[in-house]
Amino acid sequence: MTVETPPSNVPDEPIENALELKDVEGLSQGQIVFRRFVRHRGAIGGLIALVMVALLAYSSIGVGPIPGWWKFGPNQQNALFNDGGTPSLGLPTWLGGDGLAWGDAPFGQDEIGRDIFARTMLGTQTSLMVMFVIGIVSAVLGIAVGAASGYYRGATDQVLMRFTDLIITFPLIVIGAVLGKMVGAGGVFWLALILGAVTWTSLARLVRAEFFSLREREFVDAARVAGASDLRIIVKHMIPNAMGVIIVNTTLLMSAAVILEASLSYLGFGIQSPDVSLGKMVADYESAFRTRPWLFWWPGFFVIVIALSVNFIGDGVRDAFDPRQKKVPSARAMARAAGRQTKAAK
Amino acid sequence: MFMFLTRRLLTSALVVLISTLVMYVLVSIAIDPLEDLRASTDPNKEALIASRTNALDLNTPVLLRYLDWLSGIPRGYLGVNWQTNQQVTELLSGAVTTTLQLVTVAALLAIMLGVFVGIVSALRQYSGFDYSLTLLSFLLYSLPTFWVAVLLKQFLAIEFNNFLDEPGIAWWFYVVVILASGIVTMAAVGGTARKRLQVFGIAAGAGLVAVAYMDLTDFFVTPGLGIIMVAVLGIAIAVGVTGLSTGLGDRRSLYAALTVAVLGVVLYYPMLYVWYYIEVNWLIIIGLGVLTVLVGLGVGLVWGGPDKWTVARTAALTAVPVAMLLFVDRLLSSWDSFVDNGLIRGRPISTSGRRTPNFDEGFWLNTLDLFGHLLLPTVTLVLISFASYSRYSRASTLEVLNQDYMRTARAKGLTERTVIMRHAFRNALIPLASIVPVDIITLVGGAVITERIFGWRGMGFLFADSLEKNIIDPVMAYLLIVAILAVVANFVADLMYAVLDPRIRVNA
Repeated sequence: MTVETPPSNVPDEPIENALELKDVEGLSQGQIVFRRFVRHRGAIGGLIALVMVALLAYSSIGVGPIPGWWKFGPNQQNALFNDGGTPSLGLPTWLGGDGLAWGDAPFGQDEIGRDIFARTMLGTQTSLMVMFVIGIVSAVLGIAVGAASGYYRGATDQVLMRFTDLIITFPLIVIGAVLGKMVGAGGVFWLALILGAVTWTSLARLVRAEFFSLREREFVDAARVAGASDLRIIVKHMIPNAMGVIIVNTTLLMSAAVILEASLSYLGFGIQSPDVSLGKMVADYESAFRTRPWLFWWPGFFVIVIALSVNFIGDGVRDAFDPRQKKVPSARAMARAAGRQTKAAK
Repeated sequence: MFMFLTRRLLTSALVVLISTLVMYVLVSIAIDPLEDLRASTDPNKEALIASRTNALDLNTPVLLRYLDWLSGIPRGYLGVNWQTNQQVTELLSGAVTTTLQLVTVAALLAIMLGVFVGIVSALRQYSGFDYSLTLLSFLLYSLPTFWVAVLLKQFLAIEFNNFLDEPGIAWWFYVVVILASGIVTMAAVGGTARKRLQVFGIAAGAGLVAVAYMDLTDFFVTPGLGIIMVAVLGIAIAVGVTGLSTGLGDRRSLYAALTVAVLGVVLYYPMLYVWYYIEVNWLIIIGLGVLTVLVGLGVGLVWGGPDKWTVARTAALTAVPVAMLLFVDRLLSSWDSFVDNGLIRGRPISTSGRRTPNFDEGFWLNTLDLFGHLLLPTVTLVLISFASYSRYSRASTLEVLNQDYMRTARAKGLTERTVIMRHAFRNALIPLASIVPVDIITLVGGAVITERIFGWRGMGFLFADSLEKNIIDPVMAYLLIVAILAVVANFVADLMYAVLDPRIRVNA
């Protein structure tokens, strides 16, 4: 998005707006967005939570051949450390526990002695990977379809948009179930790839709408007059200007992707054994809820943490890209400020 | 208009045709009807595989099989479930009614709650109430359905049933209800510190009275409203509806609404006789509902005045909830015998299925049984869709509140009620018109997880179950219906939008 600075000598320019402009003077659009994002408390909180979850998941049990710091593997069967495999994680005394403790099986064990901490971490890795792969695949496809459709219009647009409509006909969970059953056994990566191939539709529509207005702008004409090819105009001039829409929608899509994968795996159409997914864990351990609730709580907790933090990040990004978004003080704060002013005037 | 309709119909038919073709190919790749045979150790495994391949035409190219399947549709033949030899049309008819039963209440509740909360949240933008709701809706977005459902099964069904076994309201429950009702209402109404305190006092007092009433009358053992509660609630409804619909300043409307409420109270005892002597069924209930609306309109017209249809509308809007009070009261009076029934055994809230097997004890008990089964899936579905409705209506209300005509309305000196209800509320609903039909259809076809968890054998269950068991025909029937419904929903959404918003013309 280009920032057009309005001429400052307009007489009835509201003072508030002038202050706003002073605030961002001399900053590029990227810097303004970044600053707004950093100031968004929810978004930063979400980002920190997500990074911490990712660090925990990847460092504890390692990735592929690289070992992590945790002693058990996700499919390794041990003797039960506590009676019935209860979690050894202890809360500090001020929270009502018997002192902070990590123990041998912090999240407990299942009936055959597998360590739930290691399994949850592996499931978290699956969720994060699915999330990013779906995000990337659908962003690439959505941008490509939307850009082609919005830039060329006419027949190309018709064909691509009818194709999009075709995919939208079915609820995501339905089409996901059919595709998931097709490739679920092939591994996490393929599942994510194929789900990404059907989740790009909303992004494509938004990018198309954005391109409709962008292609009428002067800088596109200028680029064309300068002899730029279509591809160059799209990639170098138009996509950067549609980045706001793309990033916002992709983030929101990623949080939905986490839930989608978990739901499909829960239904049995997603990740198959021996792969581990948080949704599949919930499904596997659902019947044990009465006797071993920890089998059920932890995977659900991590799904929620991931989805919630991505949602918050998405909200922050949306606010950061929205030029209309201003931090408005509450009515009470305004009244207080007005009171101070009158007092000062006296 | 005619051209538009024809073109739209043709493209829709084409979309359904192509999408079913694509899905047929995908589904037949995804499923493997020979799965169980491949793993079997039967000596004549080869022969079994050959015979099933033959029976299911698995050697025919998939496109020919699709054409074969397609040619059955005009004859109303959708194939069979090859494992049980049931006709798919038969399976579908049961599944459709089950799903409709499940999603109707949930959709209505979610829309009403979501829109109400969204509008209040928009009116109180940037307040604590608004922020809390934003947080809540994010949380609801992030909750996996299946996870919530298990928790609901545990806490709403099992624990609540345990509670009903030995009901007794603990002191902390009083504190929680009083604080919650006080704080939520205060945050929603807002205003100056003095007004907030007043609202808090009133709402907390109402909460206290409600809990105390339940405690003292042993509500959880023998629930019921009684004529006094019907009177109190009826008058409250009359005042509330009038306040929202025409404003309390309109005396005729207020009197008409109050008349309707009083009429409800007067009919309390006569209705008990009616319930006693008539063999009730849903048809009669719906008939009585229509009668109620007519009576309400009649009362309104009698009070009349220059705006007689406005008055009639208010009276009719009051009549419906008042009549519902009478219905609920009658329903609850059967609670005792329902809970003590041998098949229920004191556990009225059920965790799975659509009805208690073999339970047939007449209209009232069956209805209670249905509600007991509906509760958990409905709560789940409402939780899922509530968040998006409240976000949508909040956004659209904010958009409307910034319009020039709102400023004009305020400048004309209209009351806040008129500005909000007549100018903001109605226009804020317009964008929802394009979302609601699509959403409801998605719910009809897509309550896959909820139906599966709670064992409702509806459309979603049929789909997931057949897909898992490698039976293509029910899956395809489901996909066909979903595709048709999606096309219809989009069409309805476009039409509604065009009707509601005069800026949009239907000629594309």
